[in-house]
Amino acid sequence: MQFMLLIYEDDADRVEHMDERMPHCGAYVEAMQKAGIYVCGERLRAVGTTTQVRVREGTAHVLDGPYVEAKEQLAGFHLIEVPDLDAALLWASRCPSAGRGVVEVRPVWPR
Amino acid sequence: MTRSCAEPIADPEARTAAEAARAAEAVARSGYGKLVAILSARHRDVAAAEDALAEAFALALEDWPTKGVPQSPEAWLLTVARRRIIDGIRRERTAAGAVDHLKLVGEELAAREAPEIPDERLALMFACAHPALDPGIRAPLILQTLLGFDAAAIASAFLTAPATMGQRLVRAKRKIRDAGIPFEVPTGAELAPRLGAVLDAIYAAFAEGWLDPGGTDARSRPLADEAIGLGRVVVALLPEEPEALGLLSLMLHAEARRAARRDIDGGFVPLAAQDPRRWDAARIDEAEALLRRASQLPGAGRFQLEAAIQSAHAARRVHGRADWPAICALYEVLLASTGSPVVAVNRAVALAEVEGARAGLEALAMWDADPRLADYQPYWAARAELLARAGEVEAAQEAYGRAMGLESDPSVRRHLDRRRAAVAAAEAGDHHAER
Repeated sequence: MQFMLLIYEDDADRVEHMDERMPHCGAYVEAMQKAGIYVCGERLRAVGTTTQVRVREGTAHVLDGPYVEAKEQLAGFHLIEVPDLDAALLWASRCPSAGRGVVEVRPVWPR
Repeated sequence: MTRSCAEPIADPEARTAAEAARAAEAVARSGYGKLVAILSARHRDVAAAEDALAEAFALALEDWPTKGVPQSPEAWLLTVARRRIIDGIRRERTAAGAVDHLKLVGEELAAREAPEIPDERLALMFACAHPALDPGIRAPLILQTLLGFDAAAIASAFLTAPATMGQRLVRAKRKIRDAGIPFEVPTGAELAPRLGAVLDAIYAAFAEGWLDPGGTDARSRPLADEAIGLGRVVVALLPEEPEALGLLSLMLHAEARRAARRDIDGGFVPLAAQDPRRWDAARIDEAEALLRRASQLPGAGRFQLEAAIQSAHAARRVHGRADWPAICALYEVLLASTGSPVVAVNRAVALAEVEGARAGLEALAMWDADPRLADYQPYWAARAELLARAGEVEAAQEAYGRAMGLESDPSVRRHLDRRRAAVAAAEAGDHHAER
């Protein structure tokens, strides 16, 4: 089963400490790759770089910035392939971001 | 600021309500498992017993503030809960239910004459750790039925989704009821293996609690303490079982070092770097006394061996150095009987202390291909440490990285990162000296 690990963190804190935290994140991704469960993953640029698009009644509306001012913002994701939810939760618990923000684990809708 | 217990509460109504709540909470903490055990034993319906007890607690919080806390709160709760179950059975009106009904009514009458509440928790533990149940659900089941943990708290401890854990618990309880799993302490040759399953489940609960990063989550009760409490119940009711003594000794030894595992900044301190003065001497003394009692009984099982290993570590308190040859020999016995890769990793570390890092690495090499170790953090941490000591800097750094990637506890991750950096820095220093 594929699971998406969606990472939410305090964005200002994340961007400020990005460099010093990279080795931990790198070790985590490498452990997933070595375990043969890693599909892909990316980190996102600062939340301030967000642009929103919505189309209402045929008209496009483009806005700057994130929609909600939540404390924790989407910071990135990992897509993994594991046998079940318990295995996905174990890997999520190892994500360094889980120690600061939150990691949401969601199954991918199978094709 | 929250109100402390010592502070007087002026309003008498509020005071009696607070007293009632305190009395109910005291029973919930100390007597919960005892009550569930008695309520579920006759008709084997753990879920019905839990529901009836929950209703009894709710009624107590309504009733006690106005009528006063009864002389024996436990007996009061038991009577009310029993009534609820009897009412439930009466509503079902089945033939089998009629028999249970009569049994419960008889029990209630008997209870009036003998207010002493018997301790049937062991029977409940044996039901929860019955071989007919999946090994993975036994510890969660014991935590729920004997200690009253809710599914969400148990799910967190075992890293499972709360809804899934809830379903698994419900299914297991249904199986206990429908499959006719007995509520009794086995006797004769059956006792040892069945007791093993009970002890395994208690240890699983303890291990989850112990590994809990820092154990600092204020919402959750300390699982390790609760598991030690269960270990005490087993020892009290089966005082001549060496493995029960061994498990309690093992848990107390590990718990004695809890505070020493963190420095003042909350950083992780590995066993070798711990200050023995920060170990809890009272817990170690109790653990040692239990181990002595176990060693006087015939047969040394897994838990007694593991307790003996912890005892050899605790020797540092007196001799300044752990008894590594003894630790090594004990792990060898344990490895021969269990064949566990986890034991093999520990044995390799102990061997390295006696015969050097190379010998440890060679012992580890036999297990390198074991798939059970591929994602096992302690294997990579041990391997990294031994490689570093053997001067294999590059391989050590890689292994440290792998251990970091598999670690959930941020403070342990930082510790591994520091070790990795230190190994690299030491080598850079060497090169500099060579030049």
